[in-house]
Amino acid sequence: MRIEDCSFCGRPAYPSKGITFVRNDGKSFRFCRSKCNRNYKMKRNPRKLKWTKAYRRNAGKEMTVDSTLQFAARRNEPVRYDRDLAAKTLAAIKRVSEIRARRERVFYKKRMAGKRERELAAARKLVAENEHLLPRLRGSEKKRLAELAAERGEDVVVEEEEQMLLATRKNAVKAFGGEQRRVKVRVDGGVEEEIVRTIREEVDEEDDDEDVDMED
Amino acid sequence: MKTTWKDIPPVPTHQEFLDIVLSRTQRKLPTQIRAGFKISRIRAFYTRKVKFTQETFSEKFASILDSFPRLQDIHPFHKDLLNTLYDADHFKIALGQMSTAKHLVETISRDYVRLLKYAQSLYQCKQLKRAALGRMATLVKRLKDPLLYLDQVRQHLGRLPSIDPNTRTLLICGYPNVGKSSFLRSITRADVDVQPYAFTTKSLFVGHFDYKYLRFQAIDTPGILDHPLEEMNTIEMQSITAIAHLRSAIMYFMDLSEQCGYSVQAQIQLFRSIKPLFANKLVFLVVNKIDVARPEDLQPELQAELQSILKSGEVEMLQLSCNTQEGVQEVKNAACERLLAERVNQKLKAGTTSSGAIGGRLAEVMARIHVAQPMGGQALETFIPEAAKNKKKYDKEDPDRPKLAKDVEVENGGAGVFNVDLRADWMLKNPEWKYDKMPEIFEGKNVYDYVDPDIDAKLAALEEEEEKLEQEGFYDSDEDIEDDEEAEIMRKAELIREKQQLIRNEARMKKRLKNQAIIPRKFVKKPLSEMEDALDTLGVDTTDIAERARATAIRPRGRSMSRQATADADSMDVDTPKTDRQRLRSLSRPASRNPTVSRRDDGVQDEATRSKAERIAKLNQKRMNRMARQGEADRHTSASLTKHLVAGKRGIGKTNRR
Repeated sequence: MRIEDCSFCGRPAYPSKGITFVRNDGKSFRFCRSKCNRNYKMKRNPRKLKWTKAYRRNAGKEMTVDSTLQFAARRNEPVRYDRDLAAKTLAAIKRVSEIRARRERVFYKKRMAGKRERELAAARKLVAENEHLLPRLRGSEKKRLAELAAERGEDVVVEEEEQMLLATRKNAVKAFGGEQRRVKVRVDGGVEEEIVRTIREEVDEEDDDEDVDMED
Repeated sequence: MKTTWKDIPPVPTHQEFLDIVLSRTQRKLPTQIRAGFKISRIRAFYTRKVKFTQETFSEKFASILDSFPRLQDIHPFHKDLLNTLYDADHFKIALGQMSTAKHLVETISRDYVRLLKYAQSLYQCKQLKRAALGRMATLVKRLKDPLLYLDQVRQHLGRLPSIDPNTRTLLICGYPNVGKSSFLRSITRADVDVQPYAFTTKSLFVGHFDYKYLRFQAIDTPGILDHPLEEMNTIEMQSITAIAHLRSAIMYFMDLSEQCGYSVQAQIQLFRSIKPLFANKLVFLVVNKIDVARPEDLQPELQAELQSILKSGEVEMLQLSCNTQEGVQEVKNAACERLLAERVNQKLKAGTTSSGAIGGRLAEVMARIHVAQPMGGQALETFIPEAAKNKKKYDKEDPDRPKLAKDVEVENGGAGVFNVDLRADWMLKNPEWKYDKMPEIFEGKNVYDYVDPDIDAKLAALEEEEEKLEQEGFYDSDEDIEDDEEAEIMRKAELIREKQQLIRNEARMKKRLKNQAIIPRKFVKKPLSEMEDALDTLGVDTTDIAERARATAIRPRGRSMSRQATADADSMDVDTPKTDRQRLRSLSRPASRNPTVSRRDDGVQDEATRSKAERIAKLNQKRMNRMARQGEADRHTSASLTKHLVAGKRGIGKTNRR
């Protein structure tokens, strides 16, 4: 038994999964799922489909040159069983995949270097050009506040920002569960867990805390 | 060279011949001619007829002449055979007559074509043509006998065996009834008739067999009687022809038992008399029926005479019995062997010049032949190890017999229960490892892909590289610190994008009215609330605007919501009372339809205007009427479709029958 790589997309095709096609020249093709099989039958070129390994490798999106990639290979040369060798091999598999994962992370990081700056530049430009699209304090709200002020005889200064947020409440995206868990893998191997709350939740944060306190 | 003539086309009888040619003329040429045609055309018509007939005749004769073998071109053996069978003179004369007839037909045609040039009328032409064809037909009618004869020859010729005069041949000859055909039967698959009377075989028979992967032909000849050549009949002559012309090994069959009805003396005499024909050939004296009589059993004087034949050294005696099959194969092999040797010898002789040098094709062949021999005359012997020689034979009863796998199986429960332990014979460094279990897949990897005897070195190299990279700071993570200002910008950008998306969606919704009439924007009514909301979002206080808008709003037109009957007192009076009919009509008319108006009165203000309009209309019509033109008021009947052309079912034929 063997985990083969899908001939089309390059994903691992586990035993009992997928389908094997043997061409009449004897070459066999293992497909990990019917999607790959169908795409193959449609004579599509995996190098031109973005979701395949072949594309990602070709487009420089994955680490292709590395010493860790040379450990696994079909050697087609029978080696007589040796307990020590087997033990060493299993240890090596673990170590090699660990190193490889680390390097891949670095690779990804390098690939993504400069992305933040680019995004920020784009955002700055967008904001500068479309200031008028930003939500403003509603006229009715202004009026209400003014009335309130007159009533109490004092100035009610509302933070512009806060008002803007209030204004956006209407359109805020509803996220199921209220918070998102985002797992970030750090380059040095550590895993960092981050809880991101949606905008709506952030606004109500204080209330939430209070509730919790009360329950306690 | 041709050895068979099986594919000669049939020769027609004179009647068929005529039918073929004349009907062909009739079929292939035009048949319509009239006296009124131009004379040149009539002449051409009949000339063509005569010429075509002649050509057909010539063609037919030529094909007959070509298909039959020409005696001077074929092998002398076949020539002589044909001579004995069909009489060469007769054959030649028949073919000659064909040739003459062909020539004559051509002459006739030439003459009449010349005459046709001077013919003055259709009738003359026709008569000339008739005469020409008639003369040709007469000629062919005279060929009745030769045509018949040739057809018979053709039939016989087709059935002659295919005898190749140059190949390896065994020729079997002798007195009648001495067992020649029996011998042929026993060495080949030829199905020759064997009967216990003289002259069972009346013609040559050929059988084929293989010896040393070479194809031999054996020819069975009819028996020969001992009398001068002139007195021999056709059957015997065939044998003589074969003996005389074929390059072969001659097997003269003798029957010492005299069962054939001819004495040994006579048989020896025959041998002597046909001996001149055996010159330069291999001759075997084959004694048949040795199960009855052997040469040793003969009387001494006969024996002596027999020996005298053999004494010359060229003749070899062989013995066999077709009855018991004794010696048949030996005789065949001996004859073939000698024949092969003789032929090779002859070839060598032919290829060698008088000075002894080998030249031509023979040299090429000799250059290619090489027989390899072991060096120094060594003979290689097989090697058998001592242990194999001393090995004891396996014996079931022996208590010290070696234990077999089968015994192990029986001890462990027999077939179906016992399973062979394949791992037991594994050769590992440490026998304890034999039954180790090794995973095939580990952490999503194929373990076998990683099995590598020098994994240690590779892993060490990797670790070293890793350390180096670590020192170089390859893995140092420089987490970017998020600035407040940056976060703010990003958030704002996000809001703007969302807004833009909303605007875009709205625009798309508008575009969705694909098939509906597009109402110009300024006519589209918008509720006040929408405007209020839009202004409110922009931060404008809309209270005043809304108030003013409401104040200046026009009351909507249209029917009042109250009903006519229950209307309030100040409702308008209707000035003209309606007639009954009008009232009824107004009730039955649907509300969606306008009340009918007179077109005469419609669009004009008063009586005066109407009469003026009528006058102008009449005036305009005047010119049209004067020219008697068809006007728009004229009755017009459009062309109706003809019923039989458009109605009804159509069959499976074509669609345009109408």
